[in-house]
Order: sequence, then structure tokens, then C-alpha cells
Amino acid sequence: MNLNVVISTGSTTPIYKQIADQVKLAVATGRLAVADQLPSVRTLAESLVLNPNTVARAYADLARDGVLESRPGRGVFIIQKRRVFAREEGRRRLEPLLDALLGEAMAMDFTPEELLAAVAKKISQWKPEKGAE
Amino acid sequence: MNDAPVIQTHGLTRYYGAKAVVQDLNLEIPRGSVFAFLGRNGSGKTTTIRMLLGLLAPTRGGGRVLGCDIRALTPDVRARIGYLTEEHRLYDWMKVKEIGEFQAAFYPRWHPKIFSGVIGHFGLRPEARVKELSRGQRAGLALALTLAPDPELLILDDPALGLDPVARRSLVESMIYLTRRSDRTIFFSSHNLGDVERVADQIAVLDYSVLRVCCSLETFRASVQEVLLRFAGAPPPLPPIPGLLQAFRTAHELRVTCVHYNRETEAALRKLSPLSLELPPLGLEDAFISYLGERGEKSFILADAEEEP
Repeated sequence: MNLNVVISTGSTTPIYKQIADQVKLAVATGRLAVADQLPSVRTLAESLVLNPNTVARAYADLARDGVLESRPGRGVFIIQKRRVFAREEGRRRLEPLLDALLGEAMAMDFTPEELLAAVAKKISQWKPEKGAE
Repeated sequence: MNDAPVIQTHGLTRYYGAKAVVQDLNLEIPRGSVFAFLGRNGSGKTTTIRMLLGLLAPTRGGGRVLGCDIRALTPDVRARIGYLTEEHRLYDWMKVKEIGEFQAAFYPRWHPKIFSGVIGHFGLRPEARVKELSRGQRAGLALALTLAPDPELLILDDPALGLDPVARRSLVESMIYLTRRSDRTIFFSSHNLGDVERVADQIAVLDYSVLRVCCSLETFRASVQEVLLRFAGAPPPLPPIPGLLQAFRTAHELRVTCVHYNRETEAALRKLSPLSLELPPLGLEDAFISYLGERGEKSFILADAEEEP
């Protein structure tokens, strides 16, 4: 398992969301694979020096989003991602992220071609999940 | 386990002369929570804590701690409360291990393992003399003395005050460690919002002696919203906005912070017909500063004197 969560306090992103985002990223980039076990809420809370409720909230959100599953008595595991959002809802959530990306890129004088190339390169670095497509 | 709140106050009030230091405080702290008590200097936090511990009589109102009236706390209830003061008062002429042995005699329930664990965590030698300890080490020793009786309720009055980052982290780690027992409650005051964000699940905010907030950390964060409005020219004057905390204007922008932002608030702001209306996310510290800072509308005025001659 290769989970290396870094927490920054004073961020505009709440800590539980920082954890959830980083787990999602680790899954998307293949650092975490299906059936990998995550540390328990207590273990992760103590290693990151956080209130256990914060970690529990992150795990609950990840379970809701179909990223992990808590098996009583055994632990917390990454599961085969099921699509939690309908495509339409997914698009709606993607929209503000795209706006932010485009805004930043324009401010840094990237041409559309450069931006597309950068996005394509990033996508090529993804490891597709086992069994997907 | 007992579900009654560990701390409960009703209309708790304290005057010093004609000045109310704590006013009509209604506080309820559930068992098992890590509760941060926030407020600016002089807002009445220490006075509240001293009343909760029966060290100071309320002028009006009252409360219960561990089910016992705060005006009549019995020795056995006091023994279940751990209290760490701001000053870390210690016997300077003793050695670390001597002060531990000395204190142990006062408590029926004293755990030498907790004591040695905490002093080890803060890198203290048992043979060291108390008067030779650094501020961070003194804090560690005071914490060890507070934790060794395994208190059900831990009250920490600004424990991070004056600590370096390493000692502060050790302190926060000790607090997290304590939450292993789900029936242990921590009530602490602090100015360090990074620590609060890490350990607290509930917060209360005192603003000039009056309790303004008492909720979960996330609820507080979610209820303070910043709104950024852009205009072609100078921003128009601001109409009355419900829940307005602060407004800040620049040449083409109006930055407004308010509580309980909703459709009504947004409609009121849209009436100004801005070019755009954005809701940038706000960190805990900014939310806190907007909440407790001076209210009202502010702007930078660039005086002619500041321009190039």
C-alpha cells in the first residue's frame, strides 16, 4: 500500500476533504489498487495527528462515492469503483473544475494546444483500474 | 455509558464590578467530544473555566460538571477533572520524578505509566530539575501531571501558549492519544486555529463575553461565506444585507463576508447588478477573523501623499 497523505491546516479545503481527495488521486494514478487495505481510522488519525472523527468523515465520504468499503472486523479496502453519479450529475460537477483549470491556464498564457497537450500527457500517466473497460 | 453532557451551564454570568466578563453563557459539552473554546484575549474564556472548576463563584446562573453543581464540587468529582492552567505552576526545586511522586500521593487513581509516557514524549529526563526546564518541557511536565490521574474530563486553558512547534505537536499528539478512550472529554481554549482544525470536533466562540457560536467545526466553516462581486466601475453602496460581517471595497470589487448565506442574501447582492458574483472558499482562520474582527464596511484609501511625486 502506498498512501502518503499530506495535511495542511489553514487551507480553504477542509481536512476531511484533503484526505478524501488524496485517496481518490492515489486510486486514479494507480498508487492504490482494488483490494488494497487502508489504515484504520484510529491508525491514520494518530499518524496524521488528527481527530479520528475527521478521518472517519473522509472514509464515510469515500465509501459513499464508491471508492472504499469498510468490512467490519477486517478493515477498510479499496473497491472496484462503481459509478455513483449519473453522467449528467458528473458533468455538472466537472464544469467548475474545468472553469478553474481554464482560468488558471489562460492567466498563465497557455495556448489551447499547449493546454490540450498537457491534459493528454497527464491522462497518459494514469494507470487504468484493473478490469475497467 | 452516561449520555448526560459533561459540562452544562445555564445563564452563567460573572461581573467584575460593573463589567460583565461572562454573560448568560449556555454551554453544553457532550461526553467524548474534543471541544475548542475560542475567543479573543479578554473575551472571558479563563473566567468561564475558573467558574466551571468552582474556583470562582458566578454572579448569576450556574452549571453542572460531571453531574455535580459547580458551586458545590466534591473532592471526588474534582479528582475526575484534569486542569492545566496557562502558567504551568510547578515546584521549581524538585526533580521531574520527585514532582510526579509528590503529586501521586494526592490522587487515589494515579498511573505512573501515563506520567512516564508523557514526560518521555516531551523528551524529559526523570532526573532533570524543574527549574532547568524549557517552557516546552515545563508544559510537558504539567501535562503529564494532569494526565496521570486519568481524568474523565480534561480542561486545558490555552495549553499551546508560548510553545515551539515541536512541543505544540507533542501536546496535540497527547490530546489525540487521549481520544482512544471514547468516554474521555477534552475542553480546551486556544488561539492556534491549526491545532483546533486538527483536534477539535466542536467549537464554541466567545465574543466580548457573549457566546456566539456553539457547533461543530464544519458547521461553523460552512456558515461563514465570502462573496466576491465585480463591477465595471466603482462598486455601489451596499444595501442592508442580512448576516453581514464585513465588506471590503477596492476600485472594481466588493468583497463581502456574511453568516448564513442563502438565496435571500444572494438576491440582495444580485440587485447591485455586478458583472460577476463568486463564492470563493474560506479557510477556518479567515472565517474566524471575519467573525470576530471589527464589523462593518472598510476600504483602503490611497492618499495623494502615497503617490509618486
